[in-house]
Amino acid sequence: MSSETDDLFGGGDLSKERLKGRAFLAFCFAASVFGVFALALLLLDVFSQAATGVFVRDIDVVRFLTNSASRFPDQAGFYAAIVGSAWLMVLTVILSFFIGVGTAVYLEEFAPDNRWKRLVEANLANLAGVPSVVYGLLVLAAVVNLGNPLTGGRVGPILLAGAIALALLIMPIIIVSAQEALRAVPEGVRRGSYATGATNWQTVRNVVLPAAIPGILTGTILALARAIGETAPLIMVGALLTARRAPDGPFDSFGAMPTMIYYWADRPEIDFQYLAAIGIVVLLLILLAMNATAVYLRNKYETEYQ
Amino acid sequence: MSTGKKDETEAALTGEVARGDRRKQYVVTRVLQGCAAVTIATTLAIFAVLIDNAFSFFYGQRLHEAILGATLESRVGVVEFLTGTRWAPYHAFPDYGVLPLLNGTLLITVGAAFISIPIGTATAIYLSEYASERVRGVLKPTLEVLAGIPTIVYGFFAISFITPVFIRPVFETLGFSVSFYNAFAGMVVVGIMTIPMVSSISEDAMSAVPDDLRNAAYGLGATKQEVSTQVVLPASISGILASYILAVSRAIGETMAVTLAAGHRSQMTLNPFVEIQTMTAYMVQMARGEAAMGTVEYQSLFAVGLLLFVITLSMNLLNDWVKRRYREVYR
Repeated sequence: MSSETDDLFGGGDLSKERLKGRAFLAFCFAASVFGVFALALLLLDVFSQAATGVFVRDIDVVRFLTNSASRFPDQAGFYAAIVGSAWLMVLTVILSFFIGVGTAVYLEEFAPDNRWKRLVEANLANLAGVPSVVYGLLVLAAVVNLGNPLTGGRVGPILLAGAIALALLIMPIIIVSAQEALRAVPEGVRRGSYATGATNWQTVRNVVLPAAIPGILTGTILALARAIGETAPLIMVGALLTARRAPDGPFDSFGAMPTMIYYWADRPEIDFQYLAAIGIVVLLLILLAMNATAVYLRNKYETEYQ
Repeated sequence: MSTGKKDETEAALTGEVARGDRRKQYVVTRVLQGCAAVTIATTLAIFAVLIDNAFSFFYGQRLHEAILGATLESRVGVVEFLTGTRWAPYHAFPDYGVLPLLNGTLLITVGAAFISIPIGTATAIYLSEYASERVRGVLKPTLEVLAGIPTIVYGFFAISFITPVFIRPVFETLGFSVSFYNAFAGMVVVGIMTIPMVSSISEDAMSAVPDDLRNAAYGLGATKQEVSTQVVLPASISGILASYILAVSRAIGETMAVTLAAGHRSQMTLNPFVEIQTMTAYMVQMARGEAAMGTVEYQSLFAVGLLLFVITLSMNLLNDWVKRRYREVYR
């Protein structure tokens, strides 16, 4: 071994090198396992607290799912929060899907590669990094506290406002995943369509979008999975922390699963802690179902191009 | 559609519908441009709304009202806000110095970075340089799950496990006095939740380093550890730094976990075992209290929110700059 390589990669003592290599590998491996370990601890904690609530403190799961918020832990339930979250998801997807996919289609299929396009894309990267509370603050000032011409008062903390905040929050995620799905459709497919005399839009509508739609839907479901657990923007727009009844519609006041969990988790009484744990289990199961659907869609409809 | 397909093709060939199609193409392009404009409008709206309302915190009138001619009154001085060391909006003699909140946010962020950066980087090295396909197949999805857990769940984890089962027993035995709400629990959970950001982005960067570089180093007699730390790491430094910046930016804006874990007592301290308040936790506390519109408390939300937005925006711009400045392009 020449002295030059010694200088490059320090040291010529092989047994020492081997020991250093082993220690480094051990450190990296331990670090990788740390994440798994943390996840396992977190799930163990949540599920054991939920189980204690159900089996030791006799919290009735059926009553939990059919009752709504209450001052008394043995009467309190999750129903209004679940309905509120379901409403939020429906409105959020309506508000964000079309605009998001439209933006992605524009950027990938229509926009010339100029400054305007680069500006939109740089702005998207920035929006994705905006803290979720800030979206809540935006909607609080621009929607909730806006004058309402019908009543003379303000719009108020309505469900639609919460959905707007969530829609703005997940829009960058939907756009970027839709862009990836569109990019995965090979250029040859488009060329074939152009060769038949189709316009750009006809090509997108009849050829590119049908091929990309499974990927777009997968991305949308994953974005919604992000939205359903978001708490801070809902608190900022004034969601009810104690939802005693399910919302009637988009213009009603509302509570949601994560805000209900926050309220319970923040209460000092131990029984509310158990309610929070059971609520988290319900939320995690819904998240699991959403992710499973996304994976299923991706595997089932994934188009293979050679 | 399918029945009209043949006619359409024919018509297109003969140029009959070409004009109608071009028109449609034009309209669709405009509509899609409108969609893209929504994203730009969102950014502008965030700026406009935050500045407009934060203005009233300092001058008693919103910026657009001031422009329309409303008389200004001096409320909270900008200098007082940015340099004051006491944040007490509910006090009989209120003070609006934002430094205690900034102190809380930075305390959590630095603590979280001490967890997420070394662990995330080591995880990335393991995944990219050492792990077999099978181990990767288990580790990567697990880390993705970690990233997908809602932050409110991390907050619950902090107050139901990290503080009572880990921090308090360990550090009270060591002689520290640990309060139920403490910054340390916030650091731990925010650190854990940002590990996947560091590891996945860094791993992508490391995997993009071509094998030729590794083989050249092996040819010079380098060990695997030397290749990882002295070849791969420097070659992918732009992506790795970008992942750190993103993780830090995320920690600064993190809200629910720190609200639950670290509490609501704004104070200037570096002691991780006492209750503190971050900028985001203050915003939650204020929004919970339904401060009436037009009060200083309500307006303070926007001043703090603007500061938070400016900080995270700078981090994002820095991220962009680092990526461009240090990028190595391999063919």
